[in-house]
Amino acid sequence: MKPSSIAAALLALLVLTPAAQAHKRWLLPSHTVVSEAQWITVDTSSSNDIFFVDKPFPLQGLSVTGPDGKPAATDNLLQGHRRSVFDVNLAAPGTYRITLMRPLTVAIYELNGERQHQRGQDPQSLRNALPKGASKMRLAEVTSHLETFATVGAPSDTALKPTNKGLELVPATHPNDLYAGETARFRFLMEGKPAAGIEVSVMPEGTRYRDQQQEWTVKGDDNGEISLTWPRAGRYYLEATYSDELAAHPDVDNRRIQYMGTFEVLPL
Amino acid sequence: MTHRWLSSVLLAPLLIGAGPVTAAGLAVDLEVPRLRVAEYHAPYVAFWIEREDHTVAAPLGLWYDDQEKWLKDLRQWWRRTGRGQSAPYDGLTGATRSPGTHRADFTGLPALTTLPAGDYQLVVEAAREVGGREVVRLPFHWPVQQADTVTVTGSQELGDVTLTLTP
Repeated sequence: MKPSSIAAALLALLVLTPAAQAHKRWLLPSHTVVSEAQWITVDTSSSNDIFFVDKPFPLQGLSVTGPDGKPAATDNLLQGHRRSVFDVNLAAPGTYRITLMRPLTVAIYELNGERQHQRGQDPQSLRNALPKGASKMRLAEVTSHLETFATVGAPSDTALKPTNKGLELVPATHPNDLYAGETARFRFLMEGKPAAGIEVSVMPEGTRYRDQQQEWTVKGDDNGEISLTWPRAGRYYLEATYSDELAAHPDVDNRRIQYMGTFEVLPL
Repeated sequence: MTHRWLSSVLLAPLLIGAGPVTAAGLAVDLEVPRLRVAEYHAPYVAFWIEREDHTVAAPLGLWYDDQEKWLKDLRQWWRRTGRGQSAPYDGLTGATRSPGTHRADFTGLPALTTLPAGDYQLVVEAAREVGGREVVRLPFHWPVQQADTVTVTGSQELGDVTLTLTP
């Protein structure tokens, strides 16, 4: 990116903010702590209501890492009208990481004085598809990174190792060893480096049955580390966003990576 | 699968016989309450000794019906010790017990004979399929100085639980 366009990039960050107001996206595993090898099933959806389905989330970027660090078997991938679903074979003792990635390019532009946005796979096809009269176009790489964990028997760490790509959660507290009233520590890395000062929001499940969202936010320290004390048992939605002007494609103004994790907290 | 608990049950008297003559006694009398419910399954029950910081000093036993699928429902036992084990589980294992009072005598278990002196709690956890879960704790000092009993009464899944200590 040219130095002269830094101001434009900063503007782009502001301009692109509305796209950040998308639905929450999440994975919801049927089981996270099990005492024998078994299949589990996972729902995934994009919705405002945690954890109630609304729109299906594409499964193209699905990957499951087993306790041996190798890909684990999935089955019955289905995209329904209101949610997507798949099964995961927890075939061996240890921890599985379930990740769903969705990289998109988003164009923001003005048309007849109104702001519009269009999602696509690459900058060129977005440019080609731009309607006549569109102006002030900005492009952003927007990656959704959905994640959750499940464990057979004792928790293990092999599947938790960071890949040093994108925005990642590195658990200091094991994600399948979370209990009400206890404090968990998680660390965020961006491209393998501490995501210092990252803002993380956390929300307990069940928004449909209460009046307030009850979400709270925490800020990562210089090491990208956060502490979360779980007020009660249940499943929690965690979201962290990282953005800068270092998009991979030269034509793209900024990049934004959203990590959206689901964590189950058990009663003691 | 049956041989798993059979072997433990058969082994127990041998352990007692083989232990030192002065082996201190630690036994639990546990009441499985009779419950008026439409669907009743006998509870899974786990016994262990914990230190003051809740870490496990000695796993003592497990009553279950060889269905490992439900062991996670003994939530505390699972977290503190069960999930790190595989069958045969540590201590005396046996089948679930029907309503009534049952004795589990852990006297002479190797984990007990090597237990360092200190203050401990015996933890008893019960979990019942389509039912509830309950944990009770009974404090004691080891080694036993004089004969003593400690009784705690559960409120749901456990009735009277009595720990009998003999020097």
